[in-house]
Order: sequence, then C-alpha cells, then structure tokens
Amino acid sequence: MNLSVQYLWLIPALPLLAAGIGALTPRSGKAIAAGATIGAMGLAFVLSCGALVTALKDPAAHLVANFTWFELGHSAVRLGWLLDPLTALMCVMVTFVGLLIFIFSTGYMHEDANFTRFFCFLSLFAAAMLGILIANSLLLLFISWELVGLASYLLIGFWFHKPAAAAAAKKAFITTRIGDLGFLLGMLWLSDATGSLLFYDAGKGVLETSALTALVTQTTVGGLAVSTAIGLLLFCGAAGKSGQFPLHVWLPDAMEGPTPVSALIHAATMVAAGVFLIARVYPLMSADQAIATAPLHALSVVAAIGAITALLGAVIAVAQNDIKRILAFSTVSQLGYMMLALGVGSWVAAIFHLLTHAFFKALLFLAAGSVIHAAHHEQDIRQLGGLKGPLKVTFATFAIGMMALAGVPFVFSGFWSKEAILHAAHGWNVSHLPFYAGLVAVVLTAFYMTRLVAEAFFGQARSPASEHAHESPAVMTVPLVLLAICAVLLGFLGTPYWPWLQHTLDPKFHSEPGGGGLMVTSIVLVALGIGSGWAVYGRRLRAKASAPDPIEAKVPDLFAALAARLGFDELYAATVGRLNTFLADAADVFDRYIWDGAVRLLAGLGQFTGNVTRETDENLVNGGFDATSEQLKSTAKTYSRAQTGDTHGYLMLVALGFVLLVLAVMLGGTR
Amino acid sequence: MNALPWTIYLSFAGSALALVAGARSAANARWVALLTALAGGVVSLFAAREFTPGPGLQTIVNLPWIRELGIRYHLAADGISLTMVVLTGLAATAGILFSWNIKDRAGEFFALYLALIGGVYGVFLSADAFVLFVFYEIAIVPKYFLIAIWGSKNREYAAMKLVLYSFAGSAVMLGGLLWAYGAAGGRSFALNDLAAAAVNFSRGDQIGMFALVFFGFAVLAGMFPFHTWAPTGHAAAPTAASMLLAGVVMKLGAYGCLRVAMPLFPVGLAFWQPAIAWLAIAGILYAGLVALVQDDFKFVIGYSSVSHMGFVLLGLAAANSQSVAGAVLQMYSHGIIAGLLFAVVGRMVYERTHTRRLVDLRAMPLHRLLPFAALTFVIAGLASMGMPGFSGFPAELTILIGTWKTSPLWALFAASGILVAAAFTLRAIQVSFFGTTDKSVPASAVDHRPFEPITWAEKAGTVLLVAATVYIGLKPDALLNWITPALNSPLFQAALKGGTP
Amino acid sequence: MSLSPLQLCLLFSSALFCVGLIGALSRSNTILVLLGIELMLNAANINFIAFWRFGPAPAAGTGVVFVLFSIAVAAAEAAVGLALVIAVYRHQKNIRLQEANRLKG
Repeated sequence: MNLSVQYLWLIPALPLLAAGIGALTPRSGKAIAAGATIGAMGLAFVLSCGALVTALKDPAAHLVANFTWFELGHSAVRLGWLLDPLTALMCVMVTFVGLLIFIFSTGYMHEDANFTRFFCFLSLFAAAMLGILIANSLLLLFISWELVGLASYLLIGFWFHKPAAAAAAKKAFITTRIGDLGFLLGMLWLSDATGSLLFYDAGKGVLETSALTALVTQTTVGGLAVSTAIGLLLFCGAAGKSGQFPLHVWLPDAMEGPTPVSALIHAATMVAAGVFLIARVYPLMSADQAIATAPLHALSVVAAIGAITALLGAVIAVAQNDIKRILAFSTVSQLGYMMLALGVGSWVAAIFHLLTHAFFKALLFLAAGSVIHAAHHEQDIRQLGGLKGPLKVTFATFAIGMMALAGVPFVFSGFWSKEAILHAAHGWNVSHLPFYAGLVAVVLTAFYMTRLVAEAFFGQARSPASEHAHESPAVMTVPLVLLAICAVLLGFLGTPYWPWLQHTLDPKFHSEPGGGGLMVTSIVLVALGIGSGWAVYGRRLRAKASAPDPIEAKVPDLFAALAARLGFDELYAATVGRLNTFLADAADVFDRYIWDGAVRLLAGLGQFTGNVTRETDENLVNGGFDATSEQLKSTAKTYSRAQTGDTHGYLMLVALGFVLLVLAVMLGGTR
Repeated sequence: MNALPWTIYLSFAGSALALVAGARSAANARWVALLTALAGGVVSLFAAREFTPGPGLQTIVNLPWIRELGIRYHLAADGISLTMVVLTGLAATAGILFSWNIKDRAGEFFALYLALIGGVYGVFLSADAFVLFVFYEIAIVPKYFLIAIWGSKNREYAAMKLVLYSFAGSAVMLGGLLWAYGAAGGRSFALNDLAAAAVNFSRGDQIGMFALVFFGFAVLAGMFPFHTWAPTGHAAAPTAASMLLAGVVMKLGAYGCLRVAMPLFPVGLAFWQPAIAWLAIAGILYAGLVALVQDDFKFVIGYSSVSHMGFVLLGLAAANSQSVAGAVLQMYSHGIIAGLLFAVVGRMVYERTHTRRLVDLRAMPLHRLLPFAALTFVIAGLASMGMPGFSGFPAELTILIGTWKTSPLWALFAASGILVAAAFTLRAIQVSFFGTTDKSVPASAVDHRPFEPITWAEKAGTVLLVAATVYIGLKPDALLNWITPALNSPLFQAALKGGTP
Repeated sequence: MSLSPLQLCLLFSSALFCVGLIGALSRSNTILVLLGIELMLNAANINFIAFWRFGPAPAAGTGVVFVLFSIAVAAAEAAVGLALVIAVYRHQKNIRLQEANRLKG
C-alpha cells in the first residue's frame, strides 16, 4: 500500500474530523466520540504505514506537495506537505502510540462526565501533532505547533476545577509561548532572509543548498552567521516545547492533567516535537559547522543545554515522591539526552531515542495510570507499596518500561538508543563534558527508577488505597502489553550491528567503530545505578508511609532542595513573575492616575476657567445692570406713594389745578 | 460596486424609520434596524462580488457640492474600503442582534445606532477629504448619546471624555487638512488633487501637515498615549455601542491615517515613522500589561483593544506592502473579534449577572450556568491571542513579516506583545468563566440563580462573527486579494517607498 | 351795566360748571359723582354753542358738530362709568367712592 504525498494531509485531517464529531456529540454520546476518535486514529495509522512504504522506496528523497496559502504583495505565503522517512516514522509512532493511549483512555476516563470533550481534545491534539510532522513549511509547522500548545493547555486544564490544574495549564501555555516567541522571530528572520519558509522546494527551499549558503555567508550582531542566529531562535521554541533548561518548569506541573494525557502529550509526542523540529531543520542548524572560525555554533548551544537538562532532570527526579512527577522529571532528562544527541551531531541517534522513548515512556505513564486508577487516585509512592501482587500485568509491564528507561543491556530498546547517543557524544570533538553529563545521568536514571519500583511495587501496602488495589480492566492492560512488546523490540532496529533505522533516516550514515569499550562502561554504570538503588531502597523496604527517605535521613538539606526542584519555580516567581506584576501594576497606576490624571487635570482646568468667567459675568458685567434696575425700582416705589387711590383727592387736585389755571389766565391777562 | 453608496443611504433611511417605528413598539424598531443592517451587509457583499481588484480608487459617485470651495460629493472604493465596508456590515448586524433586549427608548437607540453606521459607511467610501470629514463627524455625535443615555456606570464621564477626545482629534485633523488645502491653492478637497499638489510642498510643511492629520486620526485609533478614552468608553457603553466602538469606530481612525495622512504626505511619513512605530509598540505592550491587572471584565477587553490596535498602527508605520496589508487585515480581524468579546462580556454575562467585576464573576460557576457564553468566550479569547485558524493569526503574522523588513527590533518588541496578550486572555478566561470549582458551589446555588437562557439573537450573532473570523483565518486570500492590489496604486506606492528608511 | 348775550351764556355755564364740580367733589356716591361730571360736561357744551352762535363765523355748523361729538363721548363715558360702578358694586357690595381705592400703586 502506498500513500502519495499529495494525500498526506489525510493523516491529520482524519483526527481533525473526529475532533469535530466529538465537539458536536452531546455528553451522553460517549461511544460515538470514542469510536470516532479511535476509528480516525486507526485509519491514520494505516495511512501512516502507507506513507512509510512510499518513503522507504527512496529514503534519500524529500517528496513534497506545495501550495499557496495567500498572496502578499510580491511574495506569497506557501505551505506544503513533506514526506520522507523522518516524517513517516514519526507519523507511524504517533498514530500507533496515540491509538493505544486512546484505547487505554476509554477505560481510564469512562466515569468522567466530560468524556466526549476529552476525546474531542485528544483528537484535536493528534491532528495538530500530525500536522507538525507532515509540514513542509516552517509556517505550517508553527501553526500546528501553536495548536498543539492549545490542545495541551486544554488537556492539562481538563480538570480545571482543581486550582493546581488550572494554574499548571496556564503556566505550560505561557512558558512554551516564551519559547515560541523565539521561534516566531526566527521564522520572521528566515522569511526575510530567504523569502521562503518552505523546507524543500525544488532547490529554493530554506533547507536546500542555495539558501543555506546565503545564510551562512551573511553575518549579524556579534559576528554570528545568520544561520546560527536563526537556528538559536528556533531552538528557543524547541526548548520551550521540549522542556529544556531553563524553560523546563512547566513540564512537571503539566502532570496535573489526566494520566493518558501525560502519557501521550507530555511524554511520548508533544514534548518530542522540539527534538523533531531541530532534526527537521538540521541542515540549517548545522550549516555553520562549515565555518570553523565562527564564534559560536548553534549546535554547541543545543548540546550544552541538552547536557544540563539531562543532568538536572535526573538529579531532581531522585527526590520526588509523586509517581508522575518522577516520570515527568525523567522525561525532562531524556529530552535533554535527545537534545544532547542533536547537539553533538547525531540527529539520527536523537530520533532513535525519541522513538524508543516514546514507547517506553508512554508505557510507564500508562502503567502509572493503571496504578493510580487501581489505587483510587493515590499518586504518592510512599503511600503505595506492595502492588506487585494484585497488579501483576501492570507490574510486569512497568518493570519492562523501567528497564528500558534505565538502559538494561541488550534486550531493552532504551539501551540501544542511549548507547547510540553516548557513542555520538563520545565522538564529539568540541568537548567531552556532555558525554560525562550523560554518563552521570545514566547512573541516576537507573537509581531513581529502581527507587520508584521498589517503593511502589515491593514491600507491604502502606495505605488503604493500595491495600484495596485491583487490576485494571483489559481495555487498559492490553495497550500496556502491546507497548511493552514494542519497548523491547524497537531497539533492534538500530543496533550498531544492524543500523537499519540510521540508514533509513540518513542514507549517508556510517557507524563509527570502537563502541565496545563504551558499551562495557555503560553496562557497568547501569548496574551501579540499579545496584545502589536496590541497596538503598530495596533491601530495607519502607515500613510505613511517614518514614523518612533513607537519603533524606543522611543529607536532609540536599534532599529538600531537590524535592523543591532546586527552587526554579520560586526563582522565576521572584524574578520574572515579580517583574511582570510590577510592570503591569505600574502601567495600570500610570494609566489610572497619570494619563487619566492629566485628562482630569485638563478637564479641571477647563472647569476652573469656566468658574472664573462665570464669576466675572455675574459680579462685574451683570452687577452694573442689576444696580441700575434696582435703583429704578426703588424710585418708582417712592413715587407710587402719590397714588393714594382716593378719587376725591384726585378730583380735588384737578379742581385746584383748574383754579390755578384760571387765576394764571386772569392775572397774566394783561400780557 | 455601484450599489455601495446605498449602504449609506439605507442606513440613514433605516435610522429615520426606526425612530418612527420605535414610537409604536420596541420590536418594530428592532426589526427595522436588523433589516437595515442586513440590507447594508448584503449590498456590500453583492458589491464585493462585482468588484474587480485593482490599484486606485474606483469612482462611484462624483457630483459638485459646494462649488465655491471646490468640494465635491465624491464616493469611491478600492479593496481597502471594500474590506472595511464588509466589516461594518458584519459588525452592525451582529451589534443589533446583541442589542435585541433593549427596551428603553428602543426607537431612538436604533436610530442613533444606524446613523452612526451610516456615517461610518460614508467615511469608508469618501474620496474627498471634506466629505470624509463630514461623515466622520456624523459618526462621532451618535456615539455620545448612545453612551450617555444607554450606558452603564460612569457613563456621562465616559461619553464626555470620548467625545472630547474625538473632537479634539478631528479638530487637529481638520487643521491639517485646511493647511494642505490652502497650500494647494484652495481649489479642491479631492484626495487625488491634494496628493498631486502635496508633491510640491516643502519638507517642513509636509512634516507639519502629516503630524496634524495622522495624530488627529490616530486619537480615534486609540494610539498610545491618546488611548485612555477607549477603555472607559468601551466599559461604559452599552454592548452594541462597545461592539461598534471597538469594531468599526476605532478603525475609522486607522483608516483615516492610511487613506488620508499616509498617501498625501509621504515625506512626513518618512519623518514620523519611528515615532509612530515606537508609540504603537508602547501601546501594544503597555495596554497589554494594564489589561493583565484589571478588575473590571470590560476594562480587560477595552485595553486588549488598544493593544491590538497597536498592531494596526505598527503595520502602518512599518510602511511596506506586507505590513500595511497586514494592518488592514488586522483592522478587519480585530473588528470581528473585539465585537465578539464585548458581546460575551456586555450582553451574555453582564446583562445576566449584573456585575463586571472579576472578583464577583469568579464566585459564580459561570461555565455551568452559561456554557454557551463560556464556549464563545474561549473561542473569542483564542482568536484574540492570535491562535492559528482565526483571522488574528494571518493578520499579526503579515504585520510582523512586514515589520521585520523595516526593522527587526520593532518586530521583536511587537512579538512579545503576543505573549502578553496570551497572558491576559488566559487570565480573563480562567477567572471569569472557570473560576469556581464545581464542588465549592452547591448545586442548589446553581438552581437558585437561573439566568435567562441565551437567546436565538445572541446565538445568531455569535455564529455570524465566529464564521467571519474563522473564514478569514483559513482563507486570508479572500481579503488580501482585494487589499494587496489596492496598495499598488501610485499614491500608496509613493508613501510605501517614501516610508522605507 | 348791560351784559351781552354771550356773557350771560358764559355766566350761566360757569354756574352750571361750579354746581357740577361741587357735586362731584362733595358726594361719596359714585353715581352722583358721575352726574356731577355730566353737568360739567354740559357746561362745556353750552360754551361751545355760545361761542359758535355769537362768534365771528356762525354760518358753518362747527359748534353743533363739536357738541354732538361731546354728547356722544359723554354717553359713552356714562356707559363705561356705570358699568364700572356695577362692577365695583358686585365686588364690594356698595358704591362708595372712598372705598374703591384698591388699585392704588
């Protein structure tokens, strides 16, 4: 069966359709929502296999199908699909793991009132994640990237009535968006520098020789090649999404979401998107390797951050008590490994580890989910204990996952992929520090996983919840078994003796000789980790939940610091958070009092002028007029007294006047 | 195309009719208003279908008006005006659907509302600076009454502040126009004639004229630091008026900047470009930060409007084809999204809960009492923070692509504005609708405060606006195919070339 | 001494005038005051006739016309005056002139 690249969009479109169906299904339609989601995912899995068949015909080819999204002036914004072995393998992994997790979720979530909404969000996530994988355009990748972030936000905050979940959702979204800011800027820069965002476009794409040459030859601030600067900006986005130091703080908190979500999004797929992004733009990231004199190589930064993260995650995981938190920090650490592999130049090793990690970490999370489900939502390993009896399948599969993660030699997939990374790190000619960081992390990983298993599954039940634990239904255990099988077998695709995966991903790959000594070292280290873990936690098993941790008893300060995750959250709250609050408050006060005050002052000034003119008008201008009329009135009053109303008096006056008149005429008659 | 002026005439006629019909019953006035707005929208869509995108304004009506001053009643349209006209039709229709519950003096309310719409249509279609100014003033006056009569708390203050700001802005702008008119010989107010004459103005004159005209218009676009009218005005206005205010009236200012100030005085643009860009960036970040700590739900949205309009102004300031096309797209996008946000806050929530304080809303399990409103707000919030799939994403993306070409530093600051937008939007969503846990509020409390259910009018309006933003989010071509050719006109090209530093 | 007819007439009219004046001034009944005023008017009428009859141009009928006017005016005045009296009576139930002083300023 083949799937040509033109129809590649069907892979994400199917889950998207399922998300639409889920959104329109009423709450009671659990079967419809789950059926649509699982059916769409199953079909997408089949299509992905078809795509893999197509891609394997010529592993070196990049099959593309591009189209114009919109015209913008003289340039056009173009999107497209890309099919190569990387895409196809990732698609198969995501759809397969996703399918199993969806099936598991029908059991895990079947009592939740918002079952349909959950499956709608899951489908949305799957669609967006597959969109990232098939994108042949940095823009389409960014779009899907944002949608993945949105789905992650919705799913972490799925139980939003828990304040911790709501806060964790917001934290995850904002923290990853900080990284995305770098991604966005890198994308803008790339678009400006090359005029395109397509990866492969018949010689004009940004990952093809002509564009890369142009990017490497230009330099920018600090003498960096433009490609280095863009690569570092893109890495910001990858670091945010993949929980790399210093943006790792959101990932452990994201465990507030339902456990299948943690398994799918925060262990197997989404967090690996950052690794995938760097692998995808690897030609761009490694372009500056050509200039030996460059002040900084993008990949060196990636390696350094990866090494720090790998170590940091492993160290903090040692002192966590929540079963999911331990796994979360282990995810952080393993993602650091992958970044380390990318940084030291072996992107195939990174993808190999990504694939194996996806399976065994999904397995671990689902098994942890099964434990949590069985133990009535008890997640504290101190409260568990003695679960290996009642939960036989869960215990067996969890143990397989644990051994894969710890890197138990030869049988388990994690061993081979980790070996590939350590091998590449050993061969890196810039510095050996990442290699040593990786070795320390190997010991620590084996140690804390042994602690987890010993505490949770051995000994006696330490709380009523774990006493009454019972095995989960088949709908949950069957996916566990399938994942466990994959967690074992997958490693054999990439052993140094038959590096099929490496050759498929990168036809130019050639394995370097001399891995034997290294393999022995790492086997010794794994044995050391497991042995010391068993020595501390396994020989004297915890008797009751409140008993102190053996390490805590020895070095309480260190343990407390690790349990508090080395204070990164507090540090950010005290710096970035405080600064932000301060700025916001300052701006608010500014707006409320200064700008608004200025306006009110102006208005007040206007009112004041108004009052002044009113006073002038009333007292000066009107005053003269009023005084005159007042005078007139009083005069009139005086004279009106002559008006007595006595008619006889008037007549008398008339007569008197007449007499006077007559007299005057008579006396003046001589005139 | 030739039908476009009917949007203006229909609105004014509908305004008079609504006044008459309102004397009988509120329902009559409502229906008259809805039909008028719908007719306007339909006319604009029909006109859009016949429209052939191309550079330059395509004249529709050109009659002498005041011969002595050379003023002509000149209406014309290009892709940019058409975009704005379509936006106005959508926003007006939705606004009426969301004011279906107005009972108090409904006739007058809808009459003023339609008069405002008529003025807005007029501004978007004017090709004569004087006619544009007249329509602009017509649009300002009804705003005052809409807020002062039907507004909520603090309405007189808000209405007065808004009108004083608007008039101060338009007075400054008129001053600039008259200066240009006089300097051009006082023969014509037509934009083309003014632009032709402006080529011969001295650099100093152009700089002065541009400052007066641009900043005069920018006041109404909510440019920092002349933005304080916007949040208070939005918050005090009745729902439909805030929808219009944010949806189209703020666009009048930005449209004026683009249509009048920039093509007329390219030299002035080149001089003022950095100042405008930095003010726009300040507006984006500053308003975003202020929105982060507001207690009043409507103020959050009001400040977010200012923040988003900052993107429009930044796109204009960056002055290249991409950024300006993005700015026009953002005008459309913000018009729709802000309308939706105000509809949720003002109509769906406030009219039922009678509080806008986030503290009070937090205490109510609103996601259970008003699930439709919660869903709508989540969608609108996502659109507002620039999620792909909604119109805000291509708009802000194109603005940033364009801005990067002019100055990467501006793009850097503006992009961090998106981060702030995500922060305050998420805060608003969580605090307002998902603040209370299911368990802390007993079921009886939910039953005892039954809110009136969401009406069909609200649902219709929501569907209209969501469809408008999603459609453009998936297919920005639908508008960009009108906008980009319009920017190829010689007038705009002069500005855009003159604008590159 | 012998008096000319004109002088006799004037003496008579003066007497009549004085009678009217004294009547108008001394009476408190408003109607009687009005009667006094009528007498004074008639005295004036007699003067008109006398000066016309014994004047330089007795041919033209000016005196008679004057008197006719004067009588018409007197009639009108009497009518208005009596109407006023009735109005006053209605108002204060008597027609004493001294009491009709409420319109003073």
